[in-house]
Amino acid sequence: MTRYSAWKLLEQGLAGQTGWTPAWRMPVPKPSYDVVIVGGGGHGLSAAYYLAERYGIRNVAVVEKGWLGGGNTGRNTTVIRSNYYYPESARLYDLSVRLYEGLSRELNYNIMLSQRGMLEIAHSPAELELYARMVNAMRINGIDMELLDPQDVRKLVPILNPDEDIRYPNCGGMFQPRAGIARHDAVAWGYARAADQRGVDLIQSCEVTGVSMAGGRVTGVETTRGAIGAGRVGLALAGNTTPIASMVGLELPLQSYTLQAMVSEPLKPCLHTVVASLGIGVYLSQSDKGELVMGGGLDRAPSYTQRGNLPMTQNIISGLLELFPCFESLKVMRQWGGIVDVSPDSSPILGPTPVDGLFINCGWGTGGFKAIPAGGLMLAHALATGEHHELSKPFDYDRFARARLVDEAAGAGIAH
Amino acid sequence: MQRFPCPHCGPRDEIEFHYAADAGKTRPGRQSSPEDWARYRFMRKNTKGTARELWQHAGGCGQWICIERDTVSHAVIGSEALGS
Repeated sequence: MTRYSAWKLLEQGLAGQTGWTPAWRMPVPKPSYDVVIVGGGGHGLSAAYYLAERYGIRNVAVVEKGWLGGGNTGRNTTVIRSNYYYPESARLYDLSVRLYEGLSRELNYNIMLSQRGMLEIAHSPAELELYARMVNAMRINGIDMELLDPQDVRKLVPILNPDEDIRYPNCGGMFQPRAGIARHDAVAWGYARAADQRGVDLIQSCEVTGVSMAGGRVTGVETTRGAIGAGRVGLALAGNTTPIASMVGLELPLQSYTLQAMVSEPLKPCLHTVVASLGIGVYLSQSDKGELVMGGGLDRAPSYTQRGNLPMTQNIISGLLELFPCFESLKVMRQWGGIVDVSPDSSPILGPTPVDGLFINCGWGTGGFKAIPAGGLMLAHALATGEHHELSKPFDYDRFARARLVDEAAGAGIAH
Repeated sequence: MQRFPCPHCGPRDEIEFHYAADAGKTRPGRQSSPEDWARYRFMRKNTKGTARELWQHAGGCGQWICIERDTVSHAVIGSEALGS
């Protein structure tokens, strides 16, 4: 397997790029594995990598119905942040940011992490007071949050609408300097390559059609490429978790929605941080190619369709123009959707399930990308030990029956 | 813009309608277990395919209605007034 380096790049450049080897194998599924992970997106691939790297379990397969990273991992807006309100969430999401910070080196794969910060704009003095409370709580939890006044916001984003007599004026904001963006495909591909190098079989075009049970325990999966036995099965399926979990009678508090995003034509660098507005329901950043990457809230009704519907597209674009009238003649190049799994408290559901041998990583809703390293590590720990990682305990399946929600729907100050 | 059929008003723009919940849930009795309450309060059918859903025609007649809808194609199969 080729190790990537500046030297290798130079060598291959001089050799006409003829010596690169595939980043991972295309294996035929074996009859059985110690662990089968369903879902070859970021969470499934990172779980496979950590299983092999940290827990020494290498007889592992990841089965993916399409191609690696082709679902929400390739459809999100690539924002990474840990500005969550509750201590349980702050610990989990900040672990994820810290793992992201070392990921390019760890995987020998450039994920193009750019910690350019994320700004949330307040549109009224009351909203800014609420932000002050949230910033203080997050700082107590060890998250690098700052409260900004309107002048700070103007300095950070000079092209923001400067008018004061508008419906959503700039009244200050909150800022996380360590937040940022990364190349989403590279995260999937980097984990895939590193997992493959450690012996994990990545099996694409392999859709799960059934889950086998014996003696009340999960014993494997039936797929379009034959039956595959498994000591333990992990699900990392985002919006498609419910149909697979229902095969073994596992009820989940998830509702699948389409979350859409779009990009504009490329511009010269003009936006140097991620900007979000809760009041307007829009957020955006500028990619390295110069495109504005824009997103908003969930579509209006439950859906399993990977395309957004028009009323929300209009909401997002009108919100964007309220913040940045200077973008009014900009063209939208592409628009798409992904299927996200929204939980009642906007927090993930992790770890063991009431079904013996079945482990889950779901409920990330609209924020799964930022959580890929931590979510994968939590799933890997559960699959390796059969038990919760210390950090995933508050996110157990049973919290709903115990009424111990981690209610970030209201807490994080981000629309979920 | 999609049009949804309101059983009271006829076809209207989708933005007049507000999605509420799965149709057909039964509230458990007062002596039910926490698990039964959690199932009622939190668990979702999350149907992939034809789903029966409660909606409100909030931007029109204000009535609560039941809509049968395909969650993959978004096609609306039909709607009816509650209690019909």
